[in-house]
Amino acid sequence: MTLPAPAIAIRRLCKSYGQTEVLHGIDLEIARGATTCLIGPSGSGKSTLLRCIAFLEEATSGTILVNGQPLGFEEQADGRRRRLPQARIREVRSGIGMVFQQFNLWPHMTALGNVTEALVTVQGLSRREAGERGMAQLRRVGLEARARHYPSELSGGQQQRVAIARALALEPKILLFDEPTASLDPELTGEVLNVMRDLGDEGMTMVVVTHEIGFAATVGQRIVFLDHGRVLLNGPPAELFAPPRHPRLTQFLETYLDRGAAMLLKPA
Amino acid sequence: MSFDLAVVVAALPAILAGLQVTLGIWLAALALGIGLGFAVAALRHFGPGPLGLALRLAVEVLRGTPFLIQIFLLYFGGPFVGIRLDPVPAGLLGLSVYAAAYFSEIFRAGFVAVPRGHVEAAQCVGLSRAQIVRRILVPEMTMLVLPQCVNMAVILVKETAILSIIAVPEATAVISALGSQQYAFVESLFLLALIYWLLVEACGWAGRALERRLSKFRFA
Repeated sequence: MTLPAPAIAIRRLCKSYGQTEVLHGIDLEIARGATTCLIGPSGSGKSTLLRCIAFLEEATSGTILVNGQPLGFEEQADGRRRRLPQARIREVRSGIGMVFQQFNLWPHMTALGNVTEALVTVQGLSRREAGERGMAQLRRVGLEARARHYPSELSGGQQQRVAIARALALEPKILLFDEPTASLDPELTGEVLNVMRDLGDEGMTMVVVTHEIGFAATVGQRIVFLDHGRVLLNGPPAELFAPPRHPRLTQFLETYLDRGAAMLLKPA
Repeated sequence: MSFDLAVVVAALPAILAGLQVTLGIWLAALALGIGLGFAVAALRHFGPGPLGLALRLAVEVLRGTPFLIQIFLLYFGGPFVGIRLDPVPAGLLGLSVYAAAYFSEIFRAGFVAVPRGHVEAAQCVGLSRAQIVRRILVPEMTMLVLPQCVNMAVILVKETAILSIIAVPEATAVISALGSQQYAFVESLFLLALIYWLLVEACGWAGRALERRLSKFRFA
């Protein structure tokens, strides 16, 4: 039996900032069509790992394969890394969409403008064609009626849904989320998590750095628990969260009782 | 001595000609200063280190010395190094370079103030470096630096008066000459103050109108 190739394969990935190493040789495979949640205490390296996958940070050593293609660097026969040409980097990157904690919508463009920008500027579509595709993505996140609004006229939850539509417009194979609900009021997190849940149901490959333990436990098919720059635990939530639990994970969950961890810790 | 407006009315054609020169030099120096200032800021932000250092030194010197002395040096000192310019081109060049030094600092701060995440979002959807500058950095920066640019434009309109000392036939030169000829010093100075103040008010009004138009693009 051959297993399907992983969407992302990470080998011995290290990342240092100056003298400080934040990722100590991460080995991780992200399954295609599944939602993988990266959890862990602050400073555990989960956001850095995600940013390396998005190629917003360049890993110090190690390799990342995205859909089988090397991202950014290629390992040569002698084991040294070679930086790939910019065109190849962009090609591999175009299969990945990214959603940020701070939304990062461009304030001088409407919701539709944000979604269609890359379609027009990068892919060279006509305004009309881009507009139609952009509207389809806004419909997908339930914001068709807000297409002409500027980011400053939208709520945080709406802005994040526009940001998701912007990432979806390029039809990526993989979506990365960096704490997508961390800057939202609690009553607005639901609308964003629902959109993400729908995407997961549609079979999108998603990697989600999150503090929403409840979301991770119910939507995530795979939980990766990072601690001090290493993958400490990696498995389906039912397995990981069920007792007997790793003591480090229990300790972590106890600090997240208000984010849905309480139900996991409750005695049966 | 009485306040005699008749003097002013009689010399209106000459005054209007001077005013035209003032306006022309101001707007041209504003455009050139913004263009050159942007280029300097972009080179300092994206260019190689040594070039950035050289530009920084030039900006520091231009901001650290009075415009009066700069224009004297250009006009009277220029011929010694082979720069021989008539008053109007000398005045325009001097004022543009002076303005560029200040504008470059405004734009440099603007580049830094655009949130890093907005650039990262653009990288993630595949925009090239040049596209990021054109589509994201410049428009966002424009909103951020608009108030300081209006302020600089206001300062610049008043600095044009200094060009009278190298005999640029602008409003201050024309009107103060008129005042000396007619012994109408108070009238001419009053008129000059009024003209500059009206220009500054008009500039401020235009700036506020522009800011209002751009206000819905404000940072969320």
